Amino acid sequence: MNGSLSLRDRVARQVRDIPRSGIRDFFDIVSTMRDVISLSIGEPDFDTPWHVREYTVFALERGATHYTSNLGYLELRKALSRYVARQFGAEYNPETEILVTVGVSEALDLALRALINPGDEVLYHEPCYVSYRALVQFAHGVPVAVETRAEDGFRLTRSMLESRVTPRTKVLLLNFPNNPTGAVMDRRDLEEIADFVRRHDLLVITDEIYAELTYDAPHVSLVSLPGMRERTIFLHGFSKAWAMTGFRLGYACAPAELTEAMMKIHQYTMLCASSLSQKAALEALTRPEVDVREMVDEYRRRRNFVASALRDLGLPCPEPRGAFYAFPDIRRFGLSSQEFALRFLQEEKVAAVPGTAFGRCGEGFLRCAYATGMEQLKEAMNRLGRFVARLEKAGASRAT
Amino acid sequence: MDELLKILANNALESRETIARMLNLSVEEVEARIREYEKAGIIRGYQAILNEDRLELDKVTAVIEVKVTPQREGGFDRIAERISRFPEVRSAYLMSGAYDLLLFVEGRNLREVAAFVSEKLAPLEGVLSTATHFMLKTYKRLGVLMHPETPDERLAVSP
Repeated sequence: MNGSLSLRDRVARQVRDIPRSGIRDFFDIVSTMRDVISLSIGEPDFDTPWHVREYTVFALERGATHYTSNLGYLELRKALSRYVARQFGAEYNPETEILVTVGVSEALDLALRALINPGDEVLYHEPCYVSYRALVQFAHGVPVAVETRAEDGFRLTRSMLESRVTPRTKVLLLNFPNNPTGAVMDRRDLEEIADFVRRHDLLVITDEIYAELTYDAPHVSLVSLPGMRERTIFLHGFSKAWAMTGFRLGYACAPAELTEAMMKIHQYTMLCASSLSQKAALEALTRPEVDVREMVDEYRRRRNFVASALRDLGLPCPEPRGAFYAFPDIRRFGLSSQEFALRFLQEEKVAAVPGTAFGRCGEGFLRCAYATGMEQLKEAMNRLGRFVARLEKAGASRAT
Repeated sequence: MDELLKILANNALESRETIARMLNLSVEEVEARIREYEKAGIIRGYQAILNEDRLELDKVTAVIEVKVTPQREGGFDRIAERISRFPEVRSAYLMSGAYDLLLFVEGRNLREVAAFVSEKLAPLEGVLSTATHFMLKTYKRLGVLMHPETPDERLAVSP
Protein backbone atom coordinates (compact mmCIF):
# COMPACT_ATOMS: atom_id res chain seq x y z
CA MET A 1 0.00 0.00 0.00
CA ASN A 2 1.57 3.30 -0.97
CA GLY A 3 0.09 5.25 1.94
CA SER A 4 -1.33 8.06 -0.13
CA LEU A 5 -4.78 7.24 1.23
CA SER A 6 -5.69 6.19 4.74
CA LEU A 7 -7.70 3.00 5.01
CA ARG A 8 -10.55 5.01 6.40
CA ASP A 9 -10.71 6.94 3.15
CA ARG A 10 -11.00 3.72 1.25
CA VAL A 11 -14.15 2.67 3.08
CA ALA A 12 -17.23 3.18 0.94
CA ARG A 13 -18.61 6.67 1.40
CA GLN A 14 -22.12 5.76 2.44
CA VAL A 15 -20.69 3.49 5.11
CA ARG A 16 -17.97 5.81 6.36
CA ASP A 17 -20.26 8.80 6.64
CA ILE A 18 -22.89 7.07 8.72
CA PRO A 19 -22.34 7.59 12.45
CA ARG A 20 -22.16 4.63 14.82
CA SER A 21 -25.35 3.89 16.66
CA GLY A 22 -25.70 6.18 19.68
CA ILE A 23 -26.56 3.08 21.62
CA ARG A 24 -23.15 1.63 20.82
CA ASP A 25 -21.41 4.67 22.34
CA PHE A 26 -23.50 4.41 25.45
CA PHE A 27 -22.84 0.69 25.68
CA ASP A 28 -19.09 1.32 25.64
CA ILE A 29 -19.41 3.52 28.72
CA VAL A 30 -21.79 1.22 30.59
CA SER A 31 -19.65 -1.82 29.94
CA THR A 32 -16.76 -0.30 31.90
CA MET A 33 -18.90 0.02 35.05
CA ARG A 34 -19.95 -2.56 37.61
CA ASP A 35 -23.26 -3.20 39.36
CA VAL A 36 -25.24 -1.04 37.01
CA ILE A 37 -29.01 -1.39 36.90
CA SER A 38 -29.83 -1.35 33.24
CA LEU A 39 -32.96 0.20 31.81
CA SER A 40 -31.21 0.10 28.46
CA ILE A 41 -31.94 -3.42 27.36
CA GLY A 42 -34.12 -3.72 24.29
CA GLU A 43 -34.93 -7.37 24.83
CA PRO A 44 -37.18 -9.33 27.15
CA ASP A 45 -35.85 -10.51 30.51
CA PHE A 46 -38.06 -13.58 30.26
CA ASP A 47 -36.53 -16.84 29.17
CA THR A 48 -37.49 -18.30 25.82
CA PRO A 49 -40.45 -20.60 26.64
CA TRP A 50 -39.09 -23.97 27.72
CA HIS A 51 -41.06 -25.99 25.16
CA VAL A 52 -39.42 -23.94 22.40
CA ARG A 53 -35.94 -24.57 23.75
CA GLU A 54 -36.65 -28.23 24.35
CA TYR A 55 -38.00 -28.66 20.81
CA THR A 56 -34.92 -26.94 19.38
CA VAL A 57 -32.71 -29.52 21.09
CA PHE A 58 -34.94 -32.24 19.70
CA ALA A 59 -34.66 -30.73 16.22
CA LEU A 60 -30.89 -30.69 16.58
CA GLU A 61 -30.89 -34.36 17.56
CA ARG A 62 -33.13 -35.15 14.62
CA GLY A 63 -30.62 -33.52 12.30
CA ALA A 64 -32.29 -30.26 11.25
CA THR A 65 -28.85 -28.91 10.50
CA HIS A 66 -28.94 -28.37 6.75
CA TYR A 67 -29.85 -25.59 4.36
CA THR A 68 -33.55 -25.01 4.09
CA SER A 69 -35.47 -23.62 1.15
CA ASN A 70 -34.44 -19.99 0.52
CA LEU A 71 -37.87 -18.86 1.63
CA GLY A 72 -37.69 -21.01 4.77
CA TYR A 73 -39.30 -24.35 5.66
CA LEU A 74 -42.67 -24.55 3.93
CA GLU A 75 -44.19 -25.97 7.09
CA LEU A 76 -43.11 -22.85 8.97
CA ARG A 77 -44.41 -20.54 6.25
CA LYS A 78 -47.77 -22.30 6.42
CA ALA A 79 -47.89 -21.82 10.17
CA LEU A 80 -46.91 -18.17 9.73
CA SER A 81 -49.62 -17.68 7.14
CA ARG A 82 -52.23 -18.95 9.62
CA TYR A 83 -50.81 -16.85 12.45
CA VAL A 84 -50.69 -13.65 10.41
CA ALA A 85 -54.24 -14.17 9.14
CA ARG A 86 -55.55 -14.66 12.66
CA GLN A 87 -53.44 -12.08 14.46
CA PHE A 88 -53.01 -9.33 11.87
CA GLY A 89 -55.98 -9.82 9.57
CA ALA A 90 -54.28 -10.35 6.19
CA GLU A 91 -53.96 -13.49 4.07
CA TYR A 92 -50.60 -14.44 2.53
CA ASN A 93 -49.83 -17.39 0.31
CA PRO A 94 -47.17 -19.47 2.09
CA GLU A 95 -45.74 -20.63 -1.26
CA THR A 96 -44.99 -17.21 -2.69
CA GLU A 97 -45.68 -14.39 -0.25
CA ILE A 98 -43.76 -15.20 2.92
CA LEU A 99 -39.99 -15.04 3.40
CA VAL A 100 -38.29 -16.22 6.59
CA THR A 101 -35.33 -14.01 7.51
CA VAL A 102 -32.51 -13.58 10.00
CA GLY A 103 -34.46 -11.35 12.36
CA VAL A 104 -36.60 -8.41 11.33
CA SER A 105 -33.34 -6.52 10.85
CA GLU A 106 -32.49 -8.56 7.78
CA ALA A 107 -36.07 -8.37 6.54
CA LEU A 108 -35.98 -4.58 6.76
CA ASP A 109 -32.67 -4.43 4.92
CA LEU A 110 -34.07 -6.67 2.17
CA ALA A 111 -37.26 -4.66 1.90
CA LEU A 112 -35.39 -1.39 1.52
CA ARG A 113 -32.88 -2.76 -0.96
CA ALA A 114 -35.64 -4.40 -2.97
CA LEU A 115 -37.58 -1.15 -3.33
CA ILE A 116 -35.14 1.75 -3.44
CA ASN A 117 -33.39 3.23 -6.43
CA PRO A 118 -30.59 5.69 -5.69
CA GLY A 119 -32.12 8.98 -4.58
CA ASP A 120 -35.56 7.62 -3.71
CA GLU A 121 -36.90 9.18 -0.56
CA VAL A 122 -38.08 7.10 2.38
CA LEU A 123 -40.35 8.71 4.94
CA TYR A 124 -39.93 7.39 8.46
CA HIS A 125 -40.92 8.72 11.86
CA GLU A 126 -38.56 9.71 14.64
CA PRO A 127 -37.84 8.92 17.44
CA CYS A 128 -37.31 5.46 16.01
CA TYR A 129 -35.25 2.33 16.14
CA VAL A 130 -31.57 3.09 15.65
CA SER A 131 -31.08 1.28 12.36
CA TYR A 132 -33.76 2.79 10.11
CA ARG A 133 -31.89 5.83 8.90
CA ALA A 134 -28.65 3.95 8.30
CA LEU A 135 -30.37 1.11 6.44
CA VAL A 136 -32.03 3.55 4.05
CA GLN A 137 -28.64 5.11 3.39
CA PHE A 138 -26.92 1.75 2.86
CA ALA A 139 -29.60 1.13 0.22
CA HIS A 140 -28.66 4.46 -1.43
CA GLY A 141 -31.97 5.99 -0.50
CA VAL A 142 -32.62 9.36 1.10
CA PRO A 143 -34.05 9.09 4.61
CA VAL A 144 -36.61 11.77 5.41
CA ALA A 145 -37.45 11.96 9.11
CA VAL A 146 -40.91 12.97 10.26
CA GLU A 147 -40.71 14.14 13.84
CA THR A 148 -43.43 12.94 16.19
CA ARG A 149 -44.15 14.77 19.42
CA ALA A 150 -44.82 13.93 23.03
CA GLU A 151 -47.95 16.13 22.89
CA ASP A 152 -49.46 13.72 20.35
CA GLY A 153 -48.37 10.66 22.33
CA PHE A 154 -45.66 10.19 19.66
CA ARG A 155 -48.28 9.09 17.16
CA LEU A 156 -47.88 9.85 13.49
CA THR A 157 -50.45 12.07 11.81
CA ARG A 158 -51.32 12.75 8.23
CA SER A 159 -50.43 16.42 8.43
CA MET A 160 -46.91 15.61 9.63
CA LEU A 161 -46.47 13.34 6.61
CA GLU A 162 -48.00 15.81 4.16
CA SER A 163 -45.40 18.40 5.14
CA ARG A 164 -42.50 16.09 4.24
CA VAL A 165 -43.76 14.18 1.21
CA THR A 166 -42.27 15.04 -2.21
CA PRO A 167 -42.59 13.66 -5.73
CA ARG A 168 -39.48 11.56 -4.98
CA THR A 169 -41.03 9.87 -1.94
CA LYS A 170 -41.37 6.17 -2.66
CA VAL A 171 -41.70 4.39 0.66
CA LEU A 172 -43.22 5.05 4.07
CA LEU A 173 -41.57 3.12 6.89
CA LEU A 174 -43.68 2.55 10.00
CA ASN A 175 -42.98 1.04 13.42
CA PHE A 176 -45.88 0.72 15.86
CA PRO A 177 -45.90 -0.25 18.70
CA ASN A 178 -42.86 1.96 18.73
CA ASN A 179 -39.36 1.56 20.04
CA PRO A 180 -38.37 3.84 21.87
CA THR A 181 -41.59 5.69 22.77
CA GLY A 182 -44.08 2.87 23.43
CA ALA A 183 -46.59 4.68 21.18
CA VAL A 184 -49.26 2.71 19.35
CA MET A 185 -51.65 3.66 16.55
CA ASP A 186 -55.32 2.75 16.74
CA ARG A 187 -57.50 2.03 13.74
CA ARG A 188 -58.51 5.66 13.22
CA ASP A 189 -54.90 6.84 13.32
CA LEU A 190 -53.96 4.20 10.76
CA GLU A 191 -56.86 4.98 8.44
CA GLU A 192 -55.51 8.49 8.14
CA ILE A 193 -52.10 7.11 7.22
CA ALA A 194 -53.62 4.65 4.74
CA ASP A 195 -55.45 7.53 3.06
CA PHE A 196 -52.22 9.44 2.75
CA VAL A 197 -50.42 6.41 1.32
CA ARG A 198 -53.11 5.81 -1.31
CA ARG A 199 -53.25 9.44 -2.30
CA HIS A 200 -49.51 9.67 -2.88
CA ASP A 201 -49.33 6.14 -4.28
CA LEU A 202 -46.56 5.08 -1.87
CA LEU A 203 -45.30 1.69 -0.81
CA VAL A 204 -45.20 0.87 2.90
CA ILE A 205 -42.83 -1.13 5.05
CA THR A 206 -44.38 -1.79 8.43
CA ASP A 207 -42.23 -3.19 11.24
CA GLU A 208 -44.68 -4.68 13.72
CA ILE A 209 -42.23 -6.65 15.83
CA TYR A 210 -43.88 -5.46 19.08
CA ALA A 211 -47.44 -6.26 17.94
CA GLU A 212 -48.20 -8.75 20.71
CA LEU A 213 -47.04 -6.34 23.39
CA THR A 214 -49.92 -3.88 23.67
CA TYR A 215 -51.49 -3.15 27.03
CA ASP A 216 -54.71 -1.24 26.58
CA ALA A 217 -56.22 -2.44 23.31
CA PRO A 218 -55.40 -5.17 20.79
CA HIS A 219 -52.91 -4.24 18.09
CA VAL A 220 -54.29 -3.10 14.74
CA SER A 221 -52.10 -3.86 11.74
CA LEU A 222 -51.85 -1.57 8.77
CA VAL A 223 -52.19 -4.57 6.43
CA SER A 224 -55.72 -5.23 7.69
CA LEU A 225 -56.89 -1.90 6.23
CA PRO A 226 -58.50 -1.86 2.77
CA GLY A 227 -56.02 -1.53 -0.09
CA MET A 228 -52.95 -1.71 2.12
CA ARG A 229 -51.91 -5.33 1.77
CA GLU A 230 -51.24 -4.85 -1.98
CA ARG A 231 -48.66 -2.13 -1.38
CA THR A 232 -47.12 -3.17 1.91
CA ILE A 233 -44.22 -5.24 3.12
CA PHE A 234 -45.18 -6.49 6.55
CA LEU A 235 -42.38 -7.41 8.98
CA HIS A 236 -42.64 -9.41 12.16
CA GLY A 237 -40.58 -11.88 14.16
CA PHE A 238 -40.07 -13.90 17.29
CA SER A 239 -37.61 -11.83 19.32
CA LYS A 240 -39.98 -9.82 21.45
CA ALA A 241 -43.20 -11.74 22.03
CA TRP A 242 -41.39 -15.06 22.55
CA ALA A 243 -38.19 -13.68 24.04
CA MET A 244 -36.13 -15.28 21.25
CA THR A 245 -33.72 -12.46 20.35
CA GLY A 246 -30.67 -14.71 20.01
CA PHE A 247 -32.44 -17.03 17.59
CA ARG A 248 -32.47 -14.17 15.07
CA LEU A 249 -35.71 -15.14 13.41
CA GLY A 250 -38.05 -12.81 11.57
CA TYR A 251 -40.16 -12.87 8.41
CA ALA A 252 -41.57 -10.65 5.74
CA CYS A 253 -45.00 -10.96 4.12
CA ALA A 254 -45.64 -9.15 0.87
CA PRO A 255 -47.29 -9.55 -2.54
CA ALA A 256 -45.47 -12.18 -4.62
CA GLU A 257 -43.55 -9.72 -6.82
CA LEU A 258 -42.07 -7.98 -3.81
CA THR A 259 -41.35 -11.22 -1.96
CA GLU A 260 -39.57 -12.49 -5.06
CA ALA A 261 -37.43 -9.33 -5.17
CA MET A 262 -36.45 -9.66 -1.51
CA MET A 263 -35.82 -13.35 -2.00
CA LYS A 264 -33.31 -12.57 -4.73
CA ILE A 265 -31.15 -10.58 -2.33
CA HIS A 266 -31.70 -13.03 0.52
CA GLN A 267 -30.64 -16.06 -1.55
CA TYR A 268 -27.38 -14.45 -2.60
CA THR A 269 -26.49 -12.97 0.78
CA MET A 270 -28.00 -15.11 3.50
CA LEU A 271 -29.18 -18.19 1.62
CA CYS A 272 -31.61 -19.08 4.37
CA ALA A 273 -32.32 -18.39 8.03
CA SER A 274 -30.87 -20.83 10.54
CA SER A 275 -32.60 -24.20 10.28
CA LEU A 276 -32.71 -24.64 14.06
CA SER A 277 -34.18 -21.19 14.61
CA GLN A 278 -36.85 -22.00 12.05
CA LYS A 279 -37.70 -25.18 13.93
CA ALA A 280 -37.86 -23.19 17.16
CA ALA A 281 -40.24 -20.71 15.53
CA LEU A 282 -42.45 -23.52 14.33
CA GLU A 283 -42.73 -24.81 17.89
CA ALA A 284 -43.35 -21.29 19.24
CA LEU A 285 -46.37 -20.98 16.96
CA THR A 286 -48.04 -24.04 18.48
CA ARG A 287 -49.31 -22.18 21.56
CA PRO A 288 -48.76 -18.44 21.22
CA GLU A 289 -51.72 -17.53 23.45
CA VAL A 290 -50.22 -19.30 26.45
CA ASP A 291 -46.62 -18.15 25.99
CA VAL A 292 -47.40 -14.55 25.26
CA ARG A 293 -50.28 -13.86 27.64
CA GLU A 294 -48.33 -14.29 30.88
CA MET A 295 -45.53 -12.07 29.63
CA VAL A 296 -47.91 -9.37 28.48
CA ASP A 297 -49.70 -9.33 31.85
CA GLU A 298 -46.39 -8.98 33.64
CA TYR A 299 -45.20 -6.20 31.29
CA ARG A 300 -48.48 -4.38 31.82
CA ARG A 301 -48.01 -4.36 35.60
CA ARG A 302 -44.46 -3.08 35.17
CA ARG A 303 -45.63 -0.50 32.66
CA ASN A 304 -48.19 0.75 35.17
CA PHE A 305 -45.57 0.84 37.90
CA VAL A 306 -42.96 2.69 35.87
CA ALA A 307 -45.38 5.17 34.29
CA SER A 308 -46.88 6.03 37.66
CA ALA A 309 -43.47 6.34 39.36
CA LEU A 310 -42.26 8.64 36.57
CA ARG A 311 -45.37 10.80 36.83
CA ASP A 312 -44.90 11.16 40.59
CA LEU A 313 -41.30 12.24 40.05
CA GLY A 314 -42.51 14.99 37.75
CA LEU A 315 -41.16 13.34 34.61
CA PRO A 316 -44.20 13.46 32.35
CA CYS A 317 -44.43 10.47 30.13
CA PRO A 318 -47.06 9.85 27.46
CA GLU A 319 -48.81 6.63 28.49
CA PRO A 320 -46.63 3.87 27.00
CA ARG A 321 -49.27 1.70 25.35
CA GLY A 322 -47.07 -0.88 23.67
CA ALA A 323 -43.59 -2.45 23.42
CA PHE A 324 -41.67 -2.26 26.71
CA TYR A 325 -40.38 1.28 26.78
CA ALA A 326 -41.30 4.44 28.63
CA PHE A 327 -40.00 7.69 27.18
CA PRO A 328 -40.14 10.33 29.91
CA ASP A 329 -39.66 14.04 29.31
CA ILE A 330 -36.64 15.44 31.17
CA ARG A 331 -36.57 18.88 29.59
CA ARG A 332 -37.34 20.81 32.77
CA PHE A 333 -33.87 20.09 34.18
CA GLY A 334 -32.15 22.02 31.42
CA LEU A 335 -29.76 19.17 30.67
CA SER A 336 -29.36 17.51 27.32
CA SER A 337 -30.46 13.88 27.10
CA GLN A 338 -26.85 12.86 26.84
CA GLU A 339 -25.83 14.83 29.94
CA PHE A 340 -28.79 13.60 31.94
CA ALA A 341 -28.17 9.96 31.01
CA LEU A 342 -24.43 10.20 31.70
CA ARG A 343 -24.83 11.87 35.05
CA PHE A 344 -27.59 9.46 36.05
CA LEU A 345 -25.28 6.61 35.12
CA GLN A 346 -22.25 8.01 36.92
CA GLU A 347 -24.03 9.24 40.03
CA GLU A 348 -26.65 6.53 40.50
CA LYS A 349 -25.41 3.64 38.37
CA VAL A 350 -28.57 3.34 36.37
CA ALA A 351 -28.30 3.08 32.60
CA ALA A 352 -31.08 4.55 30.48
CA VAL A 353 -30.48 5.46 26.85
CA PRO A 354 -30.54 9.16 25.88
CA GLY A 355 -33.46 9.92 23.58
CA THR A 356 -31.13 11.38 20.96
CA ALA A 357 -29.91 7.86 20.11
CA PHE A 358 -33.29 7.52 18.37
CA GLY A 359 -33.24 10.74 16.38
CA ARG A 360 -32.74 14.44 16.93
CA CYS A 361 -36.25 14.99 18.21
CA GLY A 362 -35.50 12.53 21.02
CA GLU A 363 -33.63 15.42 22.65
CA GLY A 364 -35.09 16.06 26.09
CA PHE A 365 -36.20 12.45 26.57
CA LEU A 366 -34.83 9.26 28.04
CA ARG A 367 -35.64 5.69 27.03
CA CYS A 368 -36.40 3.47 30.01
CA ALA A 369 -36.92 -0.17 29.09
CA TYR A 370 -39.04 -2.04 31.61
CA ALA A 371 -38.02 -5.49 30.36
CA THR A 372 -36.35 -5.94 33.72
CA GLY A 373 -37.50 -7.53 36.99
CA MET A 374 -39.70 -5.61 39.44
CA GLU A 375 -37.01 -5.46 42.12
CA GLN A 376 -34.62 -3.75 39.75
CA LEU A 377 -37.30 -1.42 38.47
CA LYS A 378 -38.18 -0.39 42.02
CA GLU A 379 -34.55 0.29 42.85
CA ALA A 380 -34.06 2.17 39.58
CA MET A 381 -37.06 4.40 40.31
CA ASN A 382 -35.77 5.06 43.86
CA ARG A 383 -32.44 6.12 42.47
CA LEU A 384 -34.10 8.23 39.80
CA GLY A 385 -36.08 9.95 42.57
CA ARG A 386 -32.87 10.70 44.46
CA PHE A 387 -31.17 11.96 41.31
CA VAL A 388 -34.09 14.18 40.34
CA ALA A 389 -34.30 15.61 43.86
CA ARG A 390 -30.62 16.55 43.67
CA LEU A 391 -31.06 18.22 40.29
CA GLU A 392 -34.04 20.15 41.60
CA LYS A 393 -32.12 21.31 44.65
CA ALA A 394 -29.20 22.43 42.52
CA GLY A 395 -31.61 24.22 40.17
CA ALA A 396 -33.36 25.97 43.08
CA SER A 397 -30.09 27.16 44.63
CA ARG A 398 -28.97 28.50 41.24
CA ALA A 399 -32.24 30.36 40.86
CA THR A 400 -31.93 32.17 44.23
CA MET B 1 -57.32 -15.14 38.53
CA ASP B 2 -57.44 -11.63 39.91
CA GLU B 3 -54.16 -9.85 39.14
CA LEU B 4 -53.79 -8.84 42.78
CA LEU B 5 -53.76 -12.50 43.77
CA LYS B 6 -51.28 -13.31 41.02
CA ILE B 7 -48.90 -10.68 42.34
CA LEU B 8 -49.22 -11.90 45.93
CA ALA B 9 -48.92 -15.56 44.92
CA ASN B 10 -45.69 -14.62 43.22
CA ASN B 11 -44.36 -12.40 46.00
CA ALA B 12 -46.43 -11.94 49.14
CA LEU B 13 -43.99 -9.32 50.40
CA GLU B 14 -44.59 -6.95 47.47
CA SER B 15 -45.30 -3.58 49.07
CA ARG B 16 -48.84 -2.21 48.96
CA GLU B 17 -47.50 0.93 47.26
CA THR B 18 -45.89 -1.05 44.44
CA ILE B 19 -48.98 -3.19 43.97
CA ALA B 20 -51.10 -0.05 43.83
CA ARG B 21 -48.91 1.37 41.08
CA MET B 22 -48.88 -1.88 39.12
CA LEU B 23 -52.67 -2.14 39.14
CA ASN B 24 -53.52 1.56 38.87
CA LEU B 25 -55.29 1.44 42.26
CA SER B 26 -54.89 3.44 45.44
CA VAL B 27 -53.01 1.93 48.36
CA GLU B 28 -56.24 1.93 50.37
CA GLU B 29 -58.05 -0.03 47.66
CA VAL B 30 -55.28 -2.61 47.57
CA GLU B 31 -55.33 -3.00 51.35
CA ALA B 32 -59.10 -3.31 51.41
CA ARG B 33 -59.09 -5.98 48.74
CA ILE B 34 -56.39 -7.97 50.48
CA ARG B 35 -58.39 -7.80 53.73
CA GLU B 36 -61.46 -9.05 51.88
CA TYR B 37 -59.57 -11.98 50.43
CA GLU B 38 -58.21 -12.81 53.87
CA LYS B 39 -61.63 -12.55 55.46
CA ALA B 40 -63.21 -14.69 52.77
CA GLY B 41 -60.58 -17.36 53.39
CA ILE B 42 -59.21 -17.15 49.86
CA ILE B 43 -55.83 -16.00 51.11
CA ARG B 44 -55.06 -18.69 53.69
CA GLY B 45 -51.67 -17.47 54.82
CA TYR B 46 -48.23 -16.24 53.81
CA GLN B 47 -45.07 -18.35 53.93
CA ALA B 48 -41.48 -18.10 52.78
CA ILE B 49 -40.35 -20.69 50.25
CA LEU B 50 -37.25 -22.24 51.78
CA ASN B 51 -34.50 -24.25 50.19
CA GLU B 52 -34.50 -26.72 53.05
CA ASP B 53 -31.75 -28.84 51.53
CA ARG B 54 -29.39 -26.02 52.45
CA LEU B 55 -30.44 -25.91 56.10
CA GLU B 56 -29.26 -29.34 57.24
CA LEU B 57 -32.44 -29.85 59.17
CA ASP B 58 -33.20 -32.98 61.13
CA LYS B 59 -36.11 -33.66 58.93
CA VAL B 60 -37.39 -36.09 56.35
CA THR B 61 -40.39 -35.77 54.12
CA ALA B 62 -42.43 -38.71 52.98
CA VAL B 63 -44.99 -38.81 50.22
CA ILE B 64 -47.66 -41.31 51.19
CA GLU B 65 -50.32 -42.78 48.97
CA VAL B 66 -53.35 -43.83 50.95
CA LYS B 67 -56.30 -45.96 49.91
CA VAL B 68 -59.39 -45.35 52.01
CA THR B 69 -63.03 -46.40 52.15
CA PRO B 70 -65.34 -43.45 51.61
CA GLN B 71 -67.76 -43.16 54.48
CA ARG B 72 -71.50 -42.95 54.50
CA GLU B 73 -72.60 -39.30 54.75
CA GLY B 74 -69.18 -37.81 54.38
CA GLY B 75 -67.53 -39.52 51.43
CA PHE B 76 -63.80 -38.91 51.32
CA ASP B 77 -64.01 -35.58 53.12
CA ARG B 78 -64.51 -36.84 56.63
CA ILE B 79 -61.57 -39.25 56.60
CA ALA B 80 -59.38 -36.81 54.67
CA GLU B 81 -60.04 -33.99 57.10
CA ARG B 82 -59.38 -36.29 60.01
CA ILE B 83 -56.02 -37.29 58.56
CA SER B 84 -55.19 -33.67 57.75
CA ARG B 85 -55.46 -32.70 61.40
CA PHE B 86 -52.25 -34.52 62.31
CA PRO B 87 -49.52 -31.87 62.48
CA GLU B 88 -47.14 -34.32 60.78
CA VAL B 89 -49.28 -34.06 57.65
CA ARG B 90 -48.10 -30.93 55.80
CA SER B 91 -50.26 -31.34 52.68
CA ALA B 92 -53.10 -33.63 51.74
CA TYR B 93 -54.87 -34.06 48.42
CA LEU B 94 -57.71 -36.19 47.10
CA MET B 95 -56.53 -37.91 43.93
CA SER B 96 -57.96 -39.75 40.98
CA GLY B 97 -56.34 -43.03 39.97
CA ALA B 98 -54.75 -45.93 41.81
CA TYR B 99 -55.09 -44.44 45.32
CA ASP B 100 -57.31 -41.89 47.01
CA LEU B 101 -55.27 -39.54 49.17
CA LEU B 102 -51.77 -38.16 48.67
CA LEU B 103 -50.06 -36.94 51.85
CA PHE B 104 -46.84 -35.04 52.42
CA VAL B 105 -45.71 -36.05 55.89
CA GLU B 106 -42.75 -34.65 57.83
CA GLY B 107 -40.80 -36.21 60.65
CA ARG B 108 -37.42 -35.83 62.29
CA ASN B 109 -36.18 -39.09 60.81
CA LEU B 110 -37.24 -42.18 58.96
CA ARG B 111 -38.21 -43.97 62.15
CA GLU B 112 -40.48 -41.20 63.26
CA VAL B 113 -42.35 -41.18 59.97
CA ALA B 114 -42.57 -44.97 59.99
CA ALA B 115 -44.03 -44.77 63.49
CA PHE B 116 -46.57 -42.20 62.36
CA VAL B 117 -47.67 -44.44 59.52
CA SER B 118 -47.86 -47.65 61.49
CA GLU B 119 -49.28 -46.25 64.73
CA LYS B 120 -51.45 -43.33 63.65
CA LEU B 121 -52.31 -43.49 59.99
CA ALA B 122 -52.66 -47.14 59.06
CA PRO B 123 -54.82 -48.13 62.05
CA LEU B 124 -57.43 -45.45 61.31
CA GLU B 125 -60.80 -46.86 60.51
CA GLY B 126 -61.36 -46.50 56.79
CA VAL B 127 -57.68 -46.62 55.83
CA LEU B 128 -57.19 -49.69 53.64
CA SER B 129 -53.51 -49.42 52.71
CA THR B 130 -50.58 -47.02 52.53
CA ALA B 131 -47.46 -46.76 50.36
CA THR B 132 -44.68 -44.53 51.66
CA HIS B 133 -41.96 -42.87 49.53
CA PHE B 134 -39.22 -40.72 50.99
CA MET B 135 -38.14 -37.54 49.28
CA LEU B 136 -34.41 -37.27 48.57
CA LYS B 137 -33.83 -33.85 47.09
CA THR B 138 -35.87 -30.82 46.07
CA TYR B 139 -35.29 -29.27 42.66
CA LYS B 140 -38.33 -27.05 42.45
CA ARG B 141 -41.03 -26.07 44.91
CA LEU B 142 -44.14 -24.03 44.30
CA GLY B 143 -42.82 -22.93 40.94
CA VAL B 144 -39.46 -21.82 42.35
CA LEU B 145 -36.21 -23.46 41.25
CA MET B 146 -34.05 -24.36 44.26
CA HIS B 147 -30.71 -24.12 42.52
CA PRO B 148 -29.06 -20.92 41.40
CA GLU B 149 -30.39 -19.82 38.07
CA THR B 150 -28.04 -18.77 35.32
CA PRO B 151 -27.20 -15.08 35.59
CA ASP B 152 -28.69 -12.57 33.18
CA GLU B 153 -26.62 -12.96 30.04
CA ARG B 154 -28.13 -10.06 28.16
CA LEU B 155 -25.93 -7.19 27.07
CA ALA B 156 -26.28 -4.18 29.37
CA VAL B 157 -27.38 -1.97 26.49
CA SER B 158 -29.12 -3.13 23.36
CA PRO B 159 -31.20 -1.42 20.71
